[in-house]
Amino acid sequence: MRRAVLVLALVGALAGAAGLWVTRAEGLAAGDIAALAALDGDAARGEEVFWAAGCASCHAAPEAAGDDRMILTGGRAFPSDFGTFVAPNVSMHPESGIGDWTLAEFADAVQRGVSPSGAHYYPAFPYTAYALAAPQEVVDLWAFWQGLPAADVASRPHDLAFPFSIRRGVGAWKLLHAGRGHATPGADDASVARGRHLAEALAHCGECHTPRDATGGLDRSRWLQGAPDPGGKGRVPGLAPDQLDWSAGEIAAYLNDGFTPDYDSAGGHMVSVIRNLARLPEADRVAIAAYLKALPDG
Amino acid sequence: MKLKTIALGTAVSMTVAAAAIAAAHENMPAQIVARHGLMTVISLNLGVVGDMARGRAEYDADAAKVAADNLAAVAGISQELLWPEGTSSDDREDSRALPKVWEDRAGFDAAWDDYGTAAAALAEVAADGSDALGGAMGALGKSCGNCHDTYRKPKD
Repeated sequence: MRRAVLVLALVGALAGAAGLWVTRAEGLAAGDIAALAALDGDAARGEEVFWAAGCASCHAAPEAAGDDRMILTGGRAFPSDFGTFVAPNVSMHPESGIGDWTLAEFADAVQRGVSPSGAHYYPAFPYTAYALAAPQEVVDLWAFWQGLPAADVASRPHDLAFPFSIRRGVGAWKLLHAGRGHATPGADDASVARGRHLAEALAHCGECHTPRDATGGLDRSRWLQGAPDPGGKGRVPGLAPDQLDWSAGEIAAYLNDGFTPDYDSAGGHMVSVIRNLARLPEADRVAIAAYLKALPDG
Repeated sequence: MKLKTIALGTAVSMTVAAAAIAAAHENMPAQIVARHGLMTVISLNLGVVGDMARGRAEYDADAAKVAADNLAAVAGISQELLWPEGTSSDDREDSRALPKVWEDRAGFDAAWDDYGTAAAALAEVAADGSDALGGAMGALGKSCGNCHDTYRKPKD
């Protein structure tokens, strides 16, 4: 009897340890980090990655406009079914921001959702998309980041309901939803392929335009087919060709000047997205439009 | 005979459409109708300059100037009478004006002023060619987007 209790306790401890093991925060592999370190960063190309990846949309102060959007004070709140996430300060300030991070720590955060202290970041930070970015893009982005201003504003904590307030749980979420690669098959057309990279790896369109399943992961069988607005205000529209009947030219123009084909203007979070995409070369907006037109019907 | 039938059919369907619009507006406060009307005037005139800036229509300096002047003129209409209590998206199905319009009236008025500044700048350069038009359009688009981002409820 005593022996049975002992065995049970041992099994329980092992199961717990296994649980801790599989939900631990795991950064990039040593080989990947070494490969990053061997690359030279180009800040000018990094700026294009910065706008394509939409960093400022979440991390700039909520009221910031123009070049003030490069002051990454954080503070924008994101309501969700799990509570309210608050974007942290990721400016170059060494204490309040990420100014004292290494390239490896930056890459672990952006591509694996792991903090320098080895904790999970919540997937409101779209690292599952950024995991698809090229190593060169991460190095370029970090080179650009070095020239961004420092803001001495403390990050505010997230306001999450139990059990989502336990970060360890993100490890289980990652088992289900991280590292799944692209959502759509590759394309032969160079513009469509570029658009796929922009939309799936950098601009993370799917985070809002793809519906989520019960565990808060993207339902890839309905990729970019529209979803409820996480803020509870209406719906984020579907982008499949049979859902969005704008021409490719109209989509590319909208991503630049913010006007729909009948000259209504974009609203909601898309305004901020367009501010970013308007800074990219025209060919990139044309590529995103080509990618959307190549999606399967919804 | 056939032509007559078509004409009659068109007339009937237009009457039906007009009746439907009237019905939709029947219980809509005049202020909301006026707000929507202002936005429609803006989008019509934006269509003229926007199509030229986007290369969908040939650039025509006179037409661009007329449309841009209209956009600037709309900005001169005071918003003071258009936003009575009880006409927000929380109060009515036919309004997409978020309660924030009333909670932050100073910010809302400043956003309308920003539109006026951008529209005046567009009118200034509208006759100077499609490139100048495109640049000023971008600034105008930002003023539309900034206000809609904050004060307008997304479509359902």
